[in-house]
Amino acid sequence: MTNSLVPKLREEAQLVLRKNDTKGKLIVVEGIDGSGKSTQIDLLYKWLLRAGYSAYFSEWNSSALVKSTTRTAKKSKSFTPTTFSILHCTDFADRWENSIYPLLKAGVIVLADRYAFTAFARDVARGVDPEWVRNMYSFAIMPDAALYFSVPLDVAVGRITGARSSLKYYEAGMDLGLSDNINESFKLFQGKILNEYDKMVDEFGLTIIDGTKPVKDQQRKVRSIIKKILVGFEGLPNPNKMPISVTNIQAGKPKKGGSK
Amino acid sequence: MNKATFYGAGFPYRDFGNLPGKLIVLEGTDGVGRSTQVKMLRNWLEEEGYAVSDTGLTRSELTAAGLEAAKSGHTLGPITMSLFYAADFADRLENQIIPALQAGFVVLSDRYFYSVVARDSIRGISSTWSKQLYGIALKPDLILYMKASIPSLVTRLIHGRGLNYWESGMDLHLADNLYDSFVQYQGLILEQFDIMAKEYNFMTIDADPTEDKIFEELKKPILELLHNRLTKGNKPK
Repeated sequence: MTNSLVPKLREEAQLVLRKNDTKGKLIVVEGIDGSGKSTQIDLLYKWLLRAGYSAYFSEWNSSALVKSTTRTAKKSKSFTPTTFSILHCTDFADRWENSIYPLLKAGVIVLADRYAFTAFARDVARGVDPEWVRNMYSFAIMPDAALYFSVPLDVAVGRITGARSSLKYYEAGMDLGLSDNINESFKLFQGKILNEYDKMVDEFGLTIIDGTKPVKDQQRKVRSIIKKILVGFEGLPNPNKMPISVTNIQAGKPKKGGSK
Repeated sequence: MNKATFYGAGFPYRDFGNLPGKLIVLEGTDGVGRSTQVKMLRNWLEEEGYAVSDTGLTRSELTAAGLEAAKSGHTLGPITMSLFYAADFADRLENQIIPALQAGFVVLSDRYFYSVVARDSIRGISSTWSKQLYGIALKPDLILYMKASIPSLVTRLIHGRGLNYWESGMDLHLADNLYDSFVQYQGLILEQFDIMAKEYNFMTIDADPTEDKIFEELKKPILELLHNRLTKGNKPK
């Protein structure tokens, strides 16, 4: 595992996601289910608030409007890889247009639990064209820090199947017909996603965090990376040291146990 | 149409095999009389012995509720709205249009993605982005573009269903009343259609005359297509 603290942007990556042209900072965490990224971003979020920054947390698949649509489709299992992909981008776009982008413009530190890279990994693992999905998200900007929590497949799968009573149909990639056994399907699907993530480390210059290390050690590393990004950063004042709640979505405390 | 041909990436995870049916698209601005013509064409084709399936924008069950909520609340940003339309389109394409073509149906599509690209470009969405997004779209066998002048659109709408908020593009704040906004908005849409007419090789049908005359003009290329007599210049690009 490399230790690159500063993400190296390659030219192609800049073509996909444009540079941050706002006053704010964008920090995202990525990784397969069970990589521990949600725990880390939660700790980071609280730390930033305590330090007096204006910070906003946005979670994958959390736009209220899109949620009603995705809920129906998930229940009736009527997603195809393409509609799954477009609707998740719709959710992202709603959050982007109504909260993430305007808040970045205002000078807020926006933290995202999963970002476009989740779609690039998951949707491509489902079989959509890699360039097509990259184009779809090209209205978004390249984060100032894209932290990729890397864990071996067995570790992540162990964490999920141990902690959760039952896996969900799409979460386990059952729509791909990889296996009739939901636990087996989950493992195979996560393996495919992991492959896509590994390819993106170079493509986008993701910063690798070793997700097998103790939580405290990981957090120390995360904070040291973010500190560097925040050198000389003023941002929007936060006089009451309070979280930002934007009515459009349920802002506030990140939920433990990852996103859906 | 035999082997499925897409504008771009299509659906790489699926092989649709042969599509013996025909995909016929009717495009044109609001109030041009597309829906009436689709009904008339459907009856005529069925009488001629063809199995017909018709489809149109926002008819997917997957996104219908979400799009309706979005339109009544007016809170969606342009990219979000655009993607909702794309989800509707993809769902109908994979689950309705292509299966019908596989079964040999004539599919009449009341608008296709061209309309969406037109309305989105006016709202500041990059047309390069839209066109790549619609790389999933199947190339139709025939694109009939019903083109009417703005005065005749206004006449039809005012004597028909009336001018409405969305068809007048009131969200763009082009003018302070429905009429002026409609005239400006549809003018912008027509400009976009004219660009795409060349790019995708639409067959333009004059939609100023009476319903019956337009119907006769639409029947001609459809007959040519169904009898494999369509000239190359009339085939969609």
